[in-house]
Amino acid sequence: MSKAEVDFPPKGEFGFDLCKRNEMLIKKGVQPPSYRKTGTTIVGLIFQDGIILGADTRETAGPIVCDKNCEKIHYMAPNIYCCGAGTAADTEAVTDMVSSQLQLHRYHTGRESRVITALTLLKSHLFNYQGYVQAALVLGGVDVTGPHLHTIYPHGSTDTLLFATMGSGSLAAMTIFESKYREGLTVTEAICSGIFNDLGSGSNVDVCVITKGHKDYLRNHLLPNPRSYISPKGFLFPKKTVSWTLNYLQN
Amino acid sequence: MDTDAPHSMGTTIIGVTYNGGVVLGADSRTSTGVYVANRASDKITQLTDNVYVCRSGSAADSQIVSDYVRYFLHQHTIQLGQPATVKVAANLVRLLAYNNKNLLQTGLIVGGWDKYEGGKIYGIPLGGTIIEQPFAIGGSGSSYLYGFFDQAWKEGMTKDEAEQLVVKAVSLAIARDGASGGVVRTVIINSEGVTRNFYPGDKLPLWHEELEPQFSLLDIPSSPGPEPMNI
Repeated sequence: MSKAEVDFPPKGEFGFDLCKRNEMLIKKGVQPPSYRKTGTTIVGLIFQDGIILGADTRETAGPIVCDKNCEKIHYMAPNIYCCGAGTAADTEAVTDMVSSQLQLHRYHTGRESRVITALTLLKSHLFNYQGYVQAALVLGGVDVTGPHLHTIYPHGSTDTLLFATMGSGSLAAMTIFESKYREGLTVTEAICSGIFNDLGSGSNVDVCVITKGHKDYLRNHLLPNPRSYISPKGFLFPKKTVSWTLNYLQN
Repeated sequence: MDTDAPHSMGTTIIGVTYNGGVVLGADSRTSTGVYVANRASDKITQLTDNVYVCRSGSAADSQIVSDYVRYFLHQHTIQLGQPATVKVAANLVRLLAYNNKNLLQTGLIVGGWDKYEGGKIYGIPLGGTIIEQPFAIGGSGSSYLYGFFDQAWKEGMTKDEAEQLVVKAVSLAIARDGASGGVVRTVIINSEGVTRNFYPGDKLPLWHEELEPQFSLLDIPSSPGPEPMNI
């Protein structure tokens, strides 16, 4: 039918009609959907033979908390994890992409992945997009050369540090690290200071401890914000509401 | 507080030749807007065994440029069969900086030692000019050092004189420039090899109106705290 032909561009190239439609809608005053940001406090620190990564679990869309218990510590390789702050889609996509590239590289070389490989892949991708991929990452892992901790900024610059914080709660968390780092492991304190002092961070604390040959992914290690009152009646919906169950897939 | 601003290294970077080699110096502050993202960064990056570069301006741009040049120089060394000269390294940096001048915002100082020319310093400011100089200064803190160098620089200094000059100059710039701070790192390159030195902030001399480090409230945990009042 002729209508079907109008929907698809004839040569199979990109069609930008929807972009024009979006611009027209914005001019008419329609609010575009806001990005889901991970407001976030993410931290990492190096200790004796390994590294610890920590993150809060609040995901926001503007002023609303859209996920109270999201995972911000992403898997990159069996010995490398990466915390992500910034636009949730960007951090997920970039960490997934580099995680796949690392796996292919492992097949090619037959060796355990190195943190600096992940660092170079992430940094060159982010630099190529000149900061438009809004992903601020704390990358950490233990490989044959030892424990490594790096921060990667959206424009592609990296820093190598003993302790690092990123995200909107980074200033609050950094105060804890700066005053207490020498005295031992204080990752949960740093995350909690971000959670309680930063509006963009909240809910629970996830921690990941990586040492040579071993890792502990402690999902919801601390739950300092339990739901204090749960009504025994449950929620009451109007009669014609369709009931809908969310299926959550987890490895 | 814009923590999404691109990282810039406000910076003070210096490169100085002496009789026998070069001394490169830099501060260690990387800032995002007004927040110091890294107070102990290393702005003196290795390109080859005998050539180093001081980076200033955008952190991302300068890191990428130095990564590319390190890669090109590695290939060049293999093809040439001997260590690359400082001039070649500086020109590779200059080609990247000039040909991408619309995209990059980074000022660099390339310094090193080779057996043909000895110690050499090349300044490559924004825009991609290359200029061989007996000494070069760069970064936001360098504005405060032009007069100082006009007066203090002399030909034919010894290694220790040159290093002291660099440390003094960086610490003067740190005192006056908000975008420079932290520690002073120096790298000395000569025929014998490369020496890295580190001068922590509290060991630097104090200048006009600078205060001694004060008793810090963070030391309190060791004491039991004030006595509670008795009713």
